[in-house]
Amino acid sequence: MKMPELDADVLARRREIVQALRRIVPGEGVIDSEDEMRVFESDGLTAYRTVPMVVVLPENTGQISRVLRYCHEHKIKVVPRGAGTSLSGGALPLGDGVLLGLAKLNRILEIDHDNRCARVQPGVTNLGITQAVAHDGWYYAPDPSSQIACTIGGNVAENSGGVHCLKYGLTTNNLLGVEMVLMDGEVVRLGGKHLDADGYDLLGVITGSEGLLGVVTEVTVRLLRTPEATRAMLLGFPSVEAGGDCVARIIAAGIVPAGLEMMDRPAIHAAEDFVQAGYPRDVESLLIVEVDGPPAEIDALIPRLQEIAREAGAVTMRVSEDDDERARFWAGRKAAFPAVGRISPDYYCMDGTIPRGRLPEVLTRTTELSAQFGLRVANVFHAGDGNLHPLILYDANNPGELEKAEEFGAEILKLCVEVGGVLTGEHGVGVEKRDLMEVQFGEDDLKQQQRLKCAFDPEGLLNPGKMFPRLHRCAELGRMHIHHGQMPFPDIPRF
Amino acid sequence: MSGAQAFRPETDDQLLEAVRWLVSEDAPAELVGRGTKRRFGRPMQTEHTLDLSALAGIRLYEPDELVLSAGPGTPMADIEAALAEARQMLAFEPPDLSALLAGGDPDAAGGQRRDSLGGVIACNLAGPRRVTAGAARDHVLGVEGVGGHAMVFKTGGRVVKNVTGYDLSKLLTGSHGTLAAMTHLTVKVLPAPETEATLVLSDTDLADAGRLLTTGMAEPAAVSGAAWLPGRLAAGSFGDVGAGVVLLRLEGFAASVADRQAALAGRLGAGRLGAERSLTVLDAEAPADRWRGLRDALPLTVLNADAPLWRISVPPSAGAWILQALLRPETDDIGLLDWGGGLIWLAVDVAAPEGDAGETRVRAALAAVGGHATLVRAPDPIRAAAPVFQPQPSALAALTARVKESFDPKHLLNPGRMYAGI
Repeated sequence: MKMPELDADVLARRREIVQALRRIVPGEGVIDSEDEMRVFESDGLTAYRTVPMVVVLPENTGQISRVLRYCHEHKIKVVPRGAGTSLSGGALPLGDGVLLGLAKLNRILEIDHDNRCARVQPGVTNLGITQAVAHDGWYYAPDPSSQIACTIGGNVAENSGGVHCLKYGLTTNNLLGVEMVLMDGEVVRLGGKHLDADGYDLLGVITGSEGLLGVVTEVTVRLLRTPEATRAMLLGFPSVEAGGDCVARIIAAGIVPAGLEMMDRPAIHAAEDFVQAGYPRDVESLLIVEVDGPPAEIDALIPRLQEIAREAGAVTMRVSEDDDERARFWAGRKAAFPAVGRISPDYYCMDGTIPRGRLPEVLTRTTELSAQFGLRVANVFHAGDGNLHPLILYDANNPGELEKAEEFGAEILKLCVEVGGVLTGEHGVGVEKRDLMEVQFGEDDLKQQQRLKCAFDPEGLLNPGKMFPRLHRCAELGRMHIHHGQMPFPDIPRF
Repeated sequence: MSGAQAFRPETDDQLLEAVRWLVSEDAPAELVGRGTKRRFGRPMQTEHTLDLSALAGIRLYEPDELVLSAGPGTPMADIEAALAEARQMLAFEPPDLSALLAGGDPDAAGGQRRDSLGGVIACNLAGPRRVTAGAARDHVLGVEGVGGHAMVFKTGGRVVKNVTGYDLSKLLTGSHGTLAAMTHLTVKVLPAPETEATLVLSDTDLADAGRLLTTGMAEPAAVSGAAWLPGRLAAGSFGDVGAGVVLLRLEGFAASVADRQAALAGRLGAGRLGAERSLTVLDAEAPADRWRGLRDALPLTVLNADAPLWRISVPPSAGAWILQALLRPETDDIGLLDWGGGLIWLAVDVAAPEGDAGETRVRAALAAVGGHATLVRAPDPIRAAAPVFQPQPSALAALTARVKESFDPKHLLNPGRMYAGI
């Protein structure tokens, strides 16, 4: 993975930079010993590691603003980091850059029931928000599988999803406002407690910007009432097509379940071997359908869903009778990644999204690729929204196998784009999928994205080397090649 | 080339050529769809027109995949008709402001809406269901367009879950045509609710409204529309409701709606309301057109068409008292609440005019709670002089200007529509 060239001039000034940062963040907030910095050398994409030049752990917006202003003035690169759970290398440090950790900003500032929102600092964990409001019957909807550890600031940066996106949306649909520091140290507030932010939707564009546009220092999230009841169904099908057909029929019946997950046979077996969730082993696809709401609604929906499943050819059908049973239905799905980790020394998790109807085709071709590369693959699928997580099994101790797994993964993502989907549904581009961006986007598409980056960070100091396969200077991106005086379109209808 | 040009491209290539010409001539243009919102925003001094109404038609609609793609000029009436056939909807309930902005009889188009998909997206409008479903920006999946660099670009895609690159689709949504001319829009669609019911709480004044809307929205009943109309504006649809009427809408499967309706009525009704209040329920036969009217702000069309109109977004719990504070005593200032209190429509009394259409006091009222106010309707000279959209603090205004430059460095697309110099 090619990263931006190290800036020898910056590295030569390292001592002076560390001292200057200590003046801004006193005490133990600046870490420069290699041993202590080692814990920050990678995020959830552990195949890539770099020890940063220096780690800074500020405690408030003022310090963050001053750190960024200093780095801006002295042309020093900055990589923001939440809990470091990114699966795409979004928080991979740079050897000549400051790693800006937001973990100390971990307070819940305000819970406002009347306006159904909470104002929190970026280092609060995703689950921490729900835990702070659950006793009053509220929760924060997006639930990425790392929710116990990942922070809301990281969720904003990655536009994190989870298993309930189909009904409740992604992070971007559950935010009301942020406070954010730009690379030059300016502090801006976007949105607030009102429902729609004014002006350009900068809140929308910040969300999922992978730490390239600004450092979020406060987040206002929407809170929802905890559903009165929740029930899940476990449906087994003799083929992937039948499972896919069932999903389409559910949607066509006007039902938007809270969760709609699918696993293929290898994933079912791995999960069942690991946690004994009671999954049927003799099916090709397994659906978990979860519905939530008032009990009357659930009681009305379950028989409808059973009928749909029968029509779609379900060979096993179970409905959870209580929360324990529902938890067991989910146990296998939630343990799918470690379960696969148990049957293989290493696995590589992909994250493409496809139009749902193309699932059988994509799985068939993935199986062909699996044979071609000689690597096994298990599939878990957010069936409701088309987000596919193929898990490629490999052994990093076998020379060349990591590279082979990455190549296999790239082929799957290209396939996702080919059928009308995208490279990443919720894990982000980061460094991992950076060089595949040109599969999905043309040169002009990427140039427009990078021009936007220039509006926020003209020097390209914030998290460079992520998301874009090539770095362009802002001046170059701004150029226009238009010849004057041409009127080459006599055919355009006019009035 | 001189003289005003009115381009009406029929293909993306023709649009690209037209934008190239604007660039080569340094000639700004007004972007128009079906023209119903031309008077929304600041008046512009553009000589040329880029009419996108011929880039029309539904290009993809897959109900099973919950996705629809269409050209920006596609009439919303066509889109709603196609969706209705599959019992689906644009969940954000896009308003048609043509009756309000263009004047005239709302029924002139035979009850058909007159706006286009592109206009709805460009203005990021949302109706009463905003409280649960979000705004247009929450439903736009992908956009293709031509920016001020005279290059075609695409962003997003046709799937819901997509974090590949910056979400420029959201940025274009609500940019009022100041960043790019859109050629292709892909939106998320959802199943339409099986049925609905509306709780109607009569003889409620603004103080009651604040309490009832906040309480209603905090209940687990999943209220999908929460509004208050003063008696004068409610009369047309609801008859005599005294001081005013609170409306709480429930949507979904029949069994669920019945259950939630009973629970919500129990929480808000009878003794809790006070003896003089009354609670009635409108079932599925009745409420749809009333919510449609509220969506399009039709209750306001009974007022003098010259009355300046403000659309004000505030923290929902502040809506009632902010509106109360904005009604000048001894005048016919009047307003209504939507979005559970989060949206205020304020009509300023034409008989008690202010030089700035009330701008100074409206902005001042927001200072304490946050939010923003848009002068949706006022005579051109006032909209040219007073900021139509909420003025931004300097760092944010500077960022906005840089974002504009990153899409349209020569300020050719709808220049000045949102802010002077943008």
